[in-house]
Amino acid sequence: MIELYLFLAFMIIAAFIATEIKDLLAAVISLGAVGFAVAIMFILVQAPDLAIVQIVVEVVTIVIFVAVIFRTTHIDETIGKKLTGPHVFSIVSFSFFALLFLIAVINALQELPAFGNATMKVASEYIRLGLPGTGGANLVADVILDFRALDTLGEATVLFTSVIGVVALIRSVGRKK
Amino acid sequence: MIIFLSCIILFLIGLYAIVTKRNLIKIVIGFALIEYAINLLFALVGFRRGMLAPIITRVDMAHKFVDPIPQALVLTAIVIALGTTALMLTVALRIYSRYKTFDIAEIRKLKG
Repeated sequence: MIELYLFLAFMIIAAFIATEIKDLLAAVISLGAVGFAVAIMFILVQAPDLAIVQIVVEVVTIVIFVAVIFRTTHIDETIGKKLTGPHVFSIVSFSFFALLFLIAVINALQELPAFGNATMKVASEYIRLGLPGTGGANLVADVILDFRALDTLGEATVLFTSVIGVVALIRSVGRKK
Repeated sequence: MIIFLSCIILFLIGLYAIVTKRNLIKIVIGFALIEYAINLLFALVGFRRGMLAPIITRVDMAHKFVDPIPQALVLTAIVIALGTTALMLTVALRIYSRYKTFDIAEIRKLKG
């Protein structure tokens, strides 16, 4: 599975470029590169449903980013400015807590099963009951639409709430000057 | 193990953007990076070597699938990530139309 490591290295480089580059449009393109690499990795780890959704969502995200940047500015003026006290403090504190977090994560990852050997305790039941219980051949669709349908209802609620928020913020009728 | 740690490093790059960057668009990019990292970590945890995607193509086939539950959870999370990103960008657009800058230090100085 060497290609997974190559894609992850590519994603880390692209993510770093996205955070450090001065042109915001280029940063958004780098973010898109990370997103499409995630979609390809979903295909490599046998998750075709996720890859389809990731590609659609990625395209929509990039379109929204570019629309916002076209209406505003595409130069990040904060890159290359002299570092101020709060900024230095934020970098130092981030490094400290990132180090602590990494130590905690390395300890926690010892408990996970090794890569490629997932334990299937709950999933084996879903796989056994999937086709006879729900009649759906795609087990991921069975889980989100039948076994965990309330979860999907909550997802739809969050999505529509955010749409209401976007519409309320973006419309200019009735806005005081 | 190393592949999980690489996901965590991607997560930390996103967190770095959120905590230390002063441009609002860069902060939103940091949130998007965190979402990718966590979604990818979940999909990788559910992976089993040499197994198939969880779609039943023949009734009598032996059940050799990757774990479908992380995939179902991540499917929900991807769509929610789109909603939150769109909302954050709209707020950033409104802030820009009022203060004419994305720099959070300048916005704090202006205080309208």
